[in-house]
Amino acid sequence: MKFTISPAPHIKSQQTVKKIMLSVFLALIPSGIWGVYKFGVHSGYVILISVLSCVFFEFISQKYIFRTKIKITDGSAALTGLLLAYCLPPDIALWQVCIGSFFAIFIAKECFGGIGFNIFNPALIGRAVLLSSFPTVMTKWQIDGITSATPLGILKEKLVQQLPSYMDLFVGNIPGSIGEVSKILLLLGAIFLFYRRIISWNVPLTFVFTVAVLSVLFKQDPVFQVLSGGVVLGAFFMATDYVTGPLFSKGKIIFGFGCGVLTVLIRNLGAYPEGVCYSILIMNILVPLIDRYTKPRVFGSIKSIKNAK
Amino acid sequence: MNNFIGGVHPPESKFTSQILTEEIPLPKKAVVPLSQHTGSPSKPIVSVGDEVKTGQLIAEATGFISANLHSPVSGKVSGISSRLHPCGYNFDSIIIESDDKDETVEFIPHNPEKLFPNEIVEIIKNAGIVGLGGAAFPTHVKLSPPKEKKIDSVILNGCECEPYLTCDHRVMIEETEKVVGGLKLIMKVLDVKNGFIAIEDNKEDAIEKMEDGRWKMEDVQVKVVKLKTKYPQGAEKQLIKAVLKREVPSGKLPMDVGCVVQNVQTAKAIYEAVYEGKPLYERVITVAGSVKRPGNLKVRIGTSLSEIVDYCGGFEGDVKKVIAGGPMMGITQFTLDVPVVKGFSGLVILTEKESKFYEPSNCIRCGKCIDVCPMGLVPTVISRMVEKERYKELKNYNPLDCMECGCCAYECPAKIHLVQNIKLAKTLIQQKKI
Repeated sequence: MKFTISPAPHIKSQQTVKKIMLSVFLALIPSGIWGVYKFGVHSGYVILISVLSCVFFEFISQKYIFRTKIKITDGSAALTGLLLAYCLPPDIALWQVCIGSFFAIFIAKECFGGIGFNIFNPALIGRAVLLSSFPTVMTKWQIDGITSATPLGILKEKLVQQLPSYMDLFVGNIPGSIGEVSKILLLLGAIFLFYRRIISWNVPLTFVFTVAVLSVLFKQDPVFQVLSGGVVLGAFFMATDYVTGPLFSKGKIIFGFGCGVLTVLIRNLGAYPEGVCYSILIMNILVPLIDRYTKPRVFGSIKSIKNAK
Repeated sequence: MNNFIGGVHPPESKFTSQILTEEIPLPKKAVVPLSQHTGSPSKPIVSVGDEVKTGQLIAEATGFISANLHSPVSGKVSGISSRLHPCGYNFDSIIIESDDKDETVEFIPHNPEKLFPNEIVEIIKNAGIVGLGGAAFPTHVKLSPPKEKKIDSVILNGCECEPYLTCDHRVMIEETEKVVGGLKLIMKVLDVKNGFIAIEDNKEDAIEKMEDGRWKMEDVQVKVVKLKTKYPQGAEKQLIKAVLKREVPSGKLPMDVGCVVQNVQTAKAIYEAVYEGKPLYERVITVAGSVKRPGNLKVRIGTSLSEIVDYCGGFEGDVKKVIAGGPMMGITQFTLDVPVVKGFSGLVILTEKESKFYEPSNCIRCGKCIDVCPMGLVPTVISRMVEKERYKELKNYNPLDCMECGCCAYECPAKIHLVQNIKLAKTLIQQKKI
């Protein structure tokens, strides 16, 4: 009889990368359905094309350009596509979506070494490229077929239009990117991820809390600031991205805090009404530095014993 | 509830926890390796052709950190040669053909009331007792701390945090008196007033049995500590942290924080050595997993695994791995022609489905390995440095503090061989190759 020889451990947890990606994907779906319901069928095509083109670009680059193992089945490219679509305006042209996913997958992810090695959040790179390439398209919003300004746009441009109520913000009766408007559905998804222990509280809660507190300093309504724009989507689904976030729990708090500060600064002092995308990208650059200074304490290390005494 | 940082909770799979311990028939042949303990190998004092009785001294300790060996059966020494040990290497072993009579030498019971602590240690040393939790460190060494180390607490380790294994659990229920008696002897030897019996909360029946008023003594305080069920709760440093809230410094021993930890089966062996005069030649092991009749068996040291598997009705299903020890830290065997040694806590047999191999993929920096590491290390970074052979940077990440519990590799969603790479780093550092 032949037995397998291997080093311990001989049992492994059921969690896999694929399952994590699938869980995040599932957690995001309700918010996307709301977006399609609110902004029309075209936004559904945007989501579909974004996901498909991301998977396509990953396949092409792995098969023909970098000639590595094909890893599209791990679901990370599909998730990037979904996240990219969620931070795009509903009326964007489908070819523009493809440009976004090219930059997201090929430039930001595969050129850096594929899954696990990208420095920046791929979906946000896709959005950032589109925002600087097609500024008018990327800042044109509609709701129920009527062109309108986002709540943050109203605030920034000091428009006469009335600001939406908290309820409208929470449910998602506002213009905005496809997947970011319904905070309640995003939060339900986030609770699911907390429950499955896929995301931890460190980044999202410090992010949201920092935005709320700093908004008060800028004499803004903290609840309005948190519920409008991409703070919820960004804090719970993008800043929590494993690859581009810090490794250690102390570092995650610094990261969330930094994201919050930059978001508020861009919103109040910058040219754009919204700053979540750039704040996360900027904090992504700082991750190696944060990791360097937040290593956890080794059990029984001499330093810690001194502290104990 | 007290706790330590990190750890995982694999499926407990303790299916044999309610099965009574059975004594299995005597082995036809006992293979007793001379290296069953940490330290120098024992020196045989019998030669080929000698008649031996059960419990007779057949090899004696060489040096301070070493242990005596006793014949597990009565019969004739048929050879002293190199044989396979469960750790995977060959060691010189004494082979005894059993005459099936199990004639024992005369065991002389002692009265501990009349003994001095050093005499009790001498009895323990003569009985060849080593730590039965797995590391097999000679017990008399642990019980003779240097004078300047003041020991104030003794913890009896009944956590048994490895999945599948239930032998310590059964011993605590079936031999409660001996376990508690052993603890009291240890406390007497070390002149300690605080005794703790640490048990995970998935063994409620053992906790109840231990808390029974019958075992209380007037002048010493024995406290049963209920701990959270998680792996590696039974690791010595983590156990001390959970029970006493003391942190053993890196590279130091429990005695440096005034504490001695012993396994429950070791305590039972100490009791038997002192009160019954019986040396250590048998132990309770768990046979679990894909065998027809899993259970808890009292086996003689030197019994081959094939006899144990036969006793349990043979394999069931498509067997992939035969593990000496638990599934988290155990050693896989490539043959059943291997003897049970003193530190052998269980035989776990896993099928392909239970012990699946996953192809490792890229680290996604999820940080799970860091969250679960009970030593506060960064397994993913150490592992990557080993893979890239960037050995010089390793020293900033304390790989030598790793105790190889395997939590990181268990939890990793990318299925990276984390603990395996860290073990490689440790070996290379210890061999001064890097």
